[in-house]
Amino acid sequence: MTAGGTSIVIKGAKPLGGKATDVRIEHGLITEVGPSLSADQTIEGDGLVLLPGFVDLHTHLREPGREDTETIATGSAAAALGGFTAVHAMANTNPVADTAEIVEQVYRLGQAAGLVEVRPVGAVTHGLEGETLAEIGTMARSAAGVRVFSDDGRCVHDARLMRRALEYIKPFDAVLAQHAQDPRLADHTACAHEGPISGKLGLAGWPAVAEESIIARDVMLAEHTGSRLHVCHVSTAGSVEVIRWAKSRGIDVTAEVTPHHLLLTVDLLAGDSAGGAAYDPVYKVNPPLRRSEDVEALRAALADGTIDAVATDHAPHASHDKEHAFGEAAFGMLGLETALGVVAESMVATGLLDWAGVADRMSMRPAVIGRVPGQGRPIAVGEPANLTLVDATTPHVVDAYALASLSRNTPFAGRTLPARVVATVFRGRPTVLDSALAELITA
Amino acid sequence: MKNLLSAADLDRDEALAILDTASQMHAIQTREVKKLPPLRGRTIVNLFFEDSTRTRSSFEIAGKWLSADVINVSAKGSSVSKGESLRDTALTVAAMGVDALVVRHHASGAVQQLADWVDCHVVNAGDGTHEHPTQALLDAYTLRGKLGDLADRHIVIVGDITHSRVARSNVLLLNTLGARVTLVAPPTLMPSAVGTWPCTTSWDLDATLSGKEHGDVDAVMMLRVQRERMSGGYFPSEREYAIGYGLSPKRLELLAESAPVLHPGPMNRGLEISSAAADGLRSVVLDQVQAGVAVRMAVLYRLLSGAPEEAVAV
Repeated sequence: MTAGGTSIVIKGAKPLGGKATDVRIEHGLITEVGPSLSADQTIEGDGLVLLPGFVDLHTHLREPGREDTETIATGSAAAALGGFTAVHAMANTNPVADTAEIVEQVYRLGQAAGLVEVRPVGAVTHGLEGETLAEIGTMARSAAGVRVFSDDGRCVHDARLMRRALEYIKPFDAVLAQHAQDPRLADHTACAHEGPISGKLGLAGWPAVAEESIIARDVMLAEHTGSRLHVCHVSTAGSVEVIRWAKSRGIDVTAEVTPHHLLLTVDLLAGDSAGGAAYDPVYKVNPPLRRSEDVEALRAALADGTIDAVATDHAPHASHDKEHAFGEAAFGMLGLETALGVVAESMVATGLLDWAGVADRMSMRPAVIGRVPGQGRPIAVGEPANLTLVDATTPHVVDAYALASLSRNTPFAGRTLPARVVATVFRGRPTVLDSALAELITA
Repeated sequence: MKNLLSAADLDRDEALAILDTASQMHAIQTREVKKLPPLRGRTIVNLFFEDSTRTRSSFEIAGKWLSADVINVSAKGSSVSKGESLRDTALTVAAMGVDALVVRHHASGAVQQLADWVDCHVVNAGDGTHEHPTQALLDAYTLRGKLGDLADRHIVIVGDITHSRVARSNVLLLNTLGARVTLVAPPTLMPSAVGTWPCTTSWDLDATLSGKEHGDVDAVMMLRVQRERMSGGYFPSEREYAIGYGLSPKRLELLAESAPVLHPGPMNRGLEISSAAADGLRSVVLDQVQAGVAVRMAVLYRLLSGAPEEAVAV
């Protein structure tokens, strides 16, 4: 493999898992698709699946504020290694991304890192406090061009404020991404799915109804206002039913599910048969891990399109924020570098999605929801070259210490996943080659 | 046995062995000179992240009567707010070369987590709303003193089950010992999925105590009800709680004269328990306190002496 050329050809990969072909890339675009192509640089794609670059609607890149746990640069590297070419960075930074100045700073740091497109998410309310609207219009009109607004981490729980926010975003073709958690039914102490495990372990319950009742209210507000609603990290079978009902009524609602909610269950909190300890805070996440019935319902909903997208909710934390009693440890898990492998295990290996389906749920639909131009496009001549090359035949073991993220809080450490990203091309430039950052290889 | 973290750690033989050892320990409490030599030169740290007078004193006396050096470390206040992780605190204390940590923590599971990080013995002196295994042992000890073998005995536990580590450990241990347990509480104070627990449940204290619901009752344990639960909407008022679930003089008469009344303390007189019940002939509240020292001596002895089958020289 040579580097530095102006044209690249990906040899013999299977677009969307279909028939193997060559794909030539020049000046950031796909210029030819067909057999026996040549170029200055060759990326060997034999036996690999070629997908459009993944688009993540939900990450926490921690900058500004907690650069000890992740920066926009390290988060971008983790994203590229995970096959992403665009990520949305949530607004719960310090300071909160509730002004044009902050979202533009995040956007420019993303451009400077140059590994993926970093799309800042703007706060819905000032300081995420749920009381007054943030300067949504200014953020939308800023250089960052914000199209997703969210108080993620907190729920916009006041019904009147939620209604106003849904109405207010309409001129900007924006979407309100709601973290659905009724704070009266699941307060800040709630940390485990309410059920037999929470009862036995004596952990404060986070009941499914605290999510489902907010989603039910929000889809009705979305219908009433005719506005766009996106539901973050759907975690329960009941939520799936509400969203399915809303879509059947023609309500403009979309939804995402995290990789971890597609694979892990609340049972892990009680320890596992392999000797894993109970109360391991690596499994503490919000919304919490749910029952196996919920996992099944989420998989089915992602397969039938009721849930539109996979979004990681990548949430890096320092070890000293995790090594506390379960109830006092920070919420969240890493996700960017393991997302594809987890989706391959939970959705592809199970026959629920083919690779075209993975492309749709991890790239095309999230790009539409986030209004991300040039992303989530077909693999065709004239399209921007944002591409991901996947090895779906060589299982690999997740090594937490090999991750590009600054943090280590992955629940998948030591787990064997059936697929991994081999190469990523962002705007025609390889960011990842041989499953490592391309700049490291060429350097 | 390396640690005592949960009542589920004890099988029937191990539980009975501790209770039998406790009987021997109990005998010395009436002596003028109470000190035994077996843990001389051993160091026990009572690491308490939450205030506790009775449990901490009970462990302290138990350790001292076995001649161990006992040090109390108060780590009150959230370690999160101090910027030190639980792991840091645990490793710091363990690095001082202690033989056993007796740990009380306000968060469920914290003692189990801590036990994974340190090499010394760990005893759970109560973790959040999860477990309090030595309390269950002292309750079982007290019950055996009054009822003999607990096989097929019916024990009723009344109160705030949701937030009670005492109830969780008691359900587990009493099952291990062959007893039947009925939990009584309003629905708001029953844990989620309590139907999966190895016990029966009821919302009706009168029907339970009279034996109409789940058969004759051999003993009743009243749990402390925190007044702040009212603001959480778990029940409307002290008055209504006492009317529905308090052990009133009238309810006391539903019990057989031989049926002991237990309370882990501290008691809210007039709320979950009337003075007639707390001070009456059936009350074994002070026996429980006395049993606490004997049971904790037995636990520390069996963990630290390294020879559980060896008889204690008393």
